[in-house]
Amino acid sequence: MSRRSEVTNVIVCGLGGQGVIKASDILADAACRAGFDVKKAEIHGMSQRGGSVSSDVRFGKEVLSPMVPAGEADYLVVLASDQVANVMPLLRDGGVLIEPSLVGEAAPAPGKNVNMALLGALSWRLPIEPRHWREAIEANLDAKWHKANAQAFETGIRLARQRAEADGQAAR
Amino acid sequence: MSLRTGTLVSGNEAVAMAALDAGVALGTGYPGTPSTEILEVMDAQGGRAQWAPNEKVALEVAVGVAFAGARALVTMKHVGVNVAADILFTVAYSGIDGALLLVSADDPGMSSSQNEQDNRRYAVAAGVPMLEPADSQEAYDLTLAGFELSQKWRIPVMLRMTTRVCHGKSILRHRQAKRNGSPTHFERNIPWRVMIPAHARPAHRRLRQKLAEIEQWSEECSLNQVIEGERGLGIIASGVTFLHAREASPAASMLKLGVTYPLSIRLIRQFVAGVDRCLVIEEGDPYLADAIRAAGVRVESKPEMYRFGELNVTRVRRIVAGDVSPEAAPLKGKPPELCAACPYRAPFCVLRKLNCIVAGDIGCYTLGALPPLEAMDTQLCMGASLGVGLGLRHVLPEAEARRVVSVIGDSTFMHSGITGLVEMVYNPPVTGHVLLILDNGTTAMTGQQEHPATGRKLGHEPTNRVKIEDVCKAVGVHHVDVMDASADPAGFEKLLMDRLSRNELSVIISRRPCILAAGKIRRYEQEAQACQECAHEPA
Repeated sequence: MSRRSEVTNVIVCGLGGQGVIKASDILADAACRAGFDVKKAEIHGMSQRGGSVSSDVRFGKEVLSPMVPAGEADYLVVLASDQVANVMPLLRDGGVLIEPSLVGEAAPAPGKNVNMALLGALSWRLPIEPRHWREAIEANLDAKWHKANAQAFETGIRLARQRAEADGQAAR
Repeated sequence: MSLRTGTLVSGNEAVAMAALDAGVALGTGYPGTPSTEILEVMDAQGGRAQWAPNEKVALEVAVGVAFAGARALVTMKHVGVNVAADILFTVAYSGIDGALLLVSADDPGMSSSQNEQDNRRYAVAAGVPMLEPADSQEAYDLTLAGFELSQKWRIPVMLRMTTRVCHGKSILRHRQAKRNGSPTHFERNIPWRVMIPAHARPAHRRLRQKLAEIEQWSEECSLNQVIEGERGLGIIASGVTFLHAREASPAASMLKLGVTYPLSIRLIRQFVAGVDRCLVIEEGDPYLADAIRAAGVRVESKPEMYRFGELNVTRVRRIVAGDVSPEAAPLKGKPPELCAACPYRAPFCVLRKLNCIVAGDIGCYTLGALPPLEAMDTQLCMGASLGVGLGLRHVLPEAEARRVVSVIGDSTFMHSGITGLVEMVYNPPVTGHVLLILDNGTTAMTGQQEHPATGRKLGHEPTNRVKIEDVCKAVGVHHVDVMDASADPAGFEKLLMDRLSRNELSVIISRRPCILAAGKIRRYEQEAQACQECAHEPA
C-alpha cells in the first residue's frame, strides 16, 4: 500500500570537487536505464567552493517528491570521511552506510575515483544490472576516463562483497 | 532530436528543449543560480542564446524580439526579476506580437541567493499569467503551454521554477515535434507600443480584459488538475510542493494548480466544497491561501514557521498534522569558501589589514565576508557596493570615511556597477572614493559564464570586448590602475594606501583569471587566435 516502501532512497554526500554530483548522475541514469521511475535532487550553487554537497536519488515504480525525507535514506554514500558523523541522521534505521574506509586501505582504487569505487560498492546491493551501470558510466563520462572509472567501480564491487562476506552477511 | 524518449533531464534542460521545440528565435538572460543552465543547454543544442549585461537589458531585448513577431525566452533568478521589473510592468500593458516567456527561478531556502522572495507576487503586481511546473516533464509541457498562451493573448507569461524543479532531474517521456519559427515583421502600432499616458490608459484596460479571459480559460484548462481522494482532507498545492504533498498524504484529494495567476477561483471553490477540510500547502509566502480567502473561500493555511525555507515531505507531514513544535536543526555542513589559490584572497587580506570598511557586492568574492577573511561589511544586491560605499563616505566622520572601499567583481560591474560609477563621478564624497574591481575574467560564482568584459559570447566565441579600465576613464575617474594584487600584495597595499589618502576618485582593477576558469579561458583564446590566423591566410 505505502508507495514509499516501493521506492529506493539513496543519498550521496561529500564536499565540492569530490564527484558527488557525477556519482549521483550515474546512479540516476543507471536506474532510468533499468526501467525505473527516477527523481534526483541536489543543491549545486556553491559546490565548486569546497562546501558540503549532497544529492538525493530516488527510484522505484513511481517516485513523487524528488527529495529523500529526513531519516529515510536506505543507502547513504559518503565520499568525505570527516562528513560521516554529520550526515548519519539522514540514514533510516537498518539503512546501509557506504563510506570511504571501505576503499581507504585498498591500493587498487585510485584516490581520485573514490566516488566511483563507492558507487560500485552501492551497485552490488541494488537491483540494477551491470550493463545499465556500464552504459550510464559511459554516457556520463568523457571516453578517456571510462577505463579508470570502470576499474574503480569494479574494485568497489569486489571490496563490498569481501566486506559483506567477512561480516557474514548473506549476499544482498 | 538528440534525446531518446524516457531521458532523465533537469528542469532547466527541459525548459531549453521546450524552447527549441517551440521555435524560439532568441533566448536571453543573465546567469543566476538556479536558472543558468537553461540558456547554456539551449545554445549547446543548436538554439540561439545569449547573455545580456543584466536582466533588464535581457528582457528589453526579448520584448524587441516579440515585437517583431517572433518567440522570445528570457531567463533569470528570482532577484533578477527585480532588475527587469521596470519594463515587465509596462510590457504587460503594451502586449507583444509574437510570444514572450520569462522564466523566474526562485530559490526558497536560499541555497544560493540573498533572499527568498516569492515571485508569484510579481505575476499579480505586473498582471502577467504565471505557470508553475512540478518536475521536468511539466517544465517542458508548461514552457510550451506558456508560449501558446503568450501568443494567443499577446501577453508576456511567467514560468516560475524553484531550485528543486530547476536542478532536480526526472524523466522526460514526451516531446512534441519542433515548431518552425514565425516569419518576423514590424507592424507599426504606435498607440499599442508607445506607452505615454494617453495610450497606457486604454492599454491597462486591455490588460485587465485579457486577464479576465485568461482566468476563464484557466478554469477549464488541463494545467490545473483535480486528483480524487478521500473527502476528509483536500490539499491545494502547486510546483514541487504538490509532489511532496502527494507523498505525505497519498489518500487526500488534491487540487494541483499549474496556473497560479490568474487563479481559477470557480474550480477552487468547487474543490473546497467537496472536502471536509481544505489545506493550502505552499512554499514561501501564503500567496495562494491569501488570494483564495480573499475570494471568500474557507481554506487553512500553513503555520507561519513554514514560510521560511523550502518544504519537503517531512515538513508537509508536519503541516498536515498541524505540528508547530520546533523542527530538528538542519545538518551542519561545511560552508563554502574561496578556493585555496583564488586570486581574491590576497586583496581581501590587505583590506582586512588596513581595517577598511568594505561595501561589497555579489559573487564568489562575497565569501570574503566569512572567516577567516571577514573583510566585507555589506552585501545586499547586484551593484550596490558603489552606492552603499558612497553613502557611507558622505556621512561618516572623515577618519572613518577614508577607510571605505567599494568592492565589486567584473561581471557584477558590467551588470549594474557602471551606473554606480557614474554616481561616484557625479556626486563625489569630500574624501573621494576608492572602487576595487576584482576581475577574474568570468562570472565565476554561477559556473564561469561569459560577460561583456570577457570579449566572448555565451558559447565562448569572440565578440567585441568592453574594457573595464576604458569605461572607468571615460566616465571621468581620476586614477585608474590595473594590477594583479595576488602577484604583488605589497604593491597593492601601497597603492591602496595612497589612493585612500587622496580626496580623489580611484579605481583599482585587480586582474587575474579565476583558477577554475583559467585553463578554459586559455583554450578559448587559443581557438580565437587560430580562427583569426585562418581568416588572414591568403585564399
